[in-house]
Amino acid sequence: MGLTGMVKNPRWIVYSLIFIALLFIPRILSIHDLMLFEYGITFAIVGLGFNLLLGYTGLLSFGHGAYFATGAYTVAMIAKYLPQAYSLEILIPAALFFSMVLSIIFGFVCVRHTKIFFSILALSLSMLLFALLFKLYHITGGSDGLRVPLPTLFGMSFKGIRRPEFLSGTYYYFLLGMFSVSFLVMKGIVNSPFGKALQAIRDNEVRAELIGIRVRRYRLYSFIISGMFVGLGGALWTFVNGHVTADLSHWVFSGEIVYMTLLGGFGIFEGPIVGAIIFTYLKLYAMGNTQYWMFVIGGTLIVLVLLLPNGIAGAFAGLWTKIKKGVEET
Amino acid sequence: MLTIDNLKKHFGSVKAVDHVNLEIKEGEIVSIIGTNGAGKTTLVNLISGYIKPDSGRIQFLDKDITYAPPYVRIKLGVGRSFQLIQLFSNSTVLDNVRIALFSKYGMIRRGLLPADRYSSVTDEAIKILDSFSMSDKKNLTPKGLSEGDLKILDIAIAFALKSKLLLLDEPTSGVATNDKFKVMDSIVKAIKKEGISTLIIEHDMDIVSGYSDRVIVMHEGKVIAEGKPNEVMENKEVKATVFGIVS
Repeated sequence: MGLTGMVKNPRWIVYSLIFIALLFIPRILSIHDLMLFEYGITFAIVGLGFNLLLGYTGLLSFGHGAYFATGAYTVAMIAKYLPQAYSLEILIPAALFFSMVLSIIFGFVCVRHTKIFFSILALSLSMLLFALLFKLYHITGGSDGLRVPLPTLFGMSFKGIRRPEFLSGTYYYFLLGMFSVSFLVMKGIVNSPFGKALQAIRDNEVRAELIGIRVRRYRLYSFIISGMFVGLGGALWTFVNGHVTADLSHWVFSGEIVYMTLLGGFGIFEGPIVGAIIFTYLKLYAMGNTQYWMFVIGGTLIVLVLLLPNGIAGAFAGLWTKIKKGVEET
Repeated sequence: MLTIDNLKKHFGSVKAVDHVNLEIKEGEIVSIIGTNGAGKTTLVNLISGYIKPDSGRIQFLDKDITYAPPYVRIKLGVGRSFQLIQLFSNSTVLDNVRIALFSKYGMIRRGLLPADRYSSVTDEAIKILDSFSMSDKKNLTPKGLSEGDLKILDIAIAFALKSKLLLLDEPTSGVATNDKFKVMDSIVKAIKKEGISTLIIEHDMDIVSGYSDRVIVMHEGKVIAEGKPNEVMENKEVKATVFGIVS
């Protein structure tokens, strides 16, 4: 679709309107809500990456926390050991590079299998990383984790600025820019011939192989791209959180990535974005209001699976299709 | 074009393909018949690379492809359809064919521009669908197609791979009797137009005698007869083993 096609497409009009609205968010939300929203945006990037593997390639990973942790620890380790390179324009490519390296290594092992074997392998490997991050105390800070100071950006220093001010100013727009680029790149990927090949593998592995697609290789490509997006989300998340711990590579955190993708709906491109934002608020408000917050999260998942198997965005998309069909018939 | 020497595939004590020799010439339409378990589908699976043989040799266009992976065989021009239809169920009819074309042209590595931007591929996919009288259904998903159309689409995908040799595994199974000839007419018309060699596994003898240049008969993994359709039908061994007629 060319630029003119995009302008005429209602979907792209909605995207553009949402983007314009997002530019004004720091003026509308309180700093607390803005931080929450920023957590949501970083998880939205994670969801976009995770869904390339789940929704478009048909592989369910319970170990994507590993790539999130890689992105996050890349930032924290550079802050600790290479402070002279602690600048966003270096940190982001570094996080992408290291999450790519880890995705290649872990992916090479995982994509040799599918279904439950793939999921368990992904989980096991992420727990291996968790053990390393947890035990190598002198390097990684172990259970205490590592503090993440404010970075510089193209020589611009934020010394003397408090984190909330940083997050509501430059960083918000940087984050929004990174999200927009991630969104456009992933949109391009899923609609490209490469994306079609992944969907072919998801729908019929045998047929895909017998039209000449090298199934295992393309699964690995999908795994690597997915890991890089999740690593990017992890790196961007550290500046909002200010601190990283080994828990990021724990399977419980990987489970949260799965949860937010299911919440929004993995059958629709925008689903994981919606899921990530809602999950961020849901978890915080559940945690703030009851000690049984896990009950709320678990209960929501049960309701979701039983009543909205296509997720929240999927349900809305289904409703929209029905309304459109109804209007056309009348 | 295709030469098979002494090909063998056993599954435990079952001799699925047992020292089979056969040859297919350019532009020839050859049918394989035989009772259930005769080894017809195993033979097609071996030629397409879906399974590997125990021993023997498969040569295609003078290249040894015995142990070559499927993507190499497809590059060389070996395409196939399936007895149990294998489609991309969530993609449209057009995309089912387009994916095959993208794969054939090595374009599936392209990851940023939307598939719709490759208009030459889209045009070619529509042309292929046209040759199978299916272009009016291009925006439907396989769920919205009849059994006959599903079969044709399955074959159109193999056709899109620009195959020089097409392996069609029971192209009319599951198709209503009165649609069988319609399906076969549409397939054979497209095949003849491109001069594609074809190996058809078929049970329906009317189809076999109506569309084949040559017939190969298999029984318990072995080739027991070979020749023109009318000659083979008159063969006593074929009559006894395949049709159960003892004279």
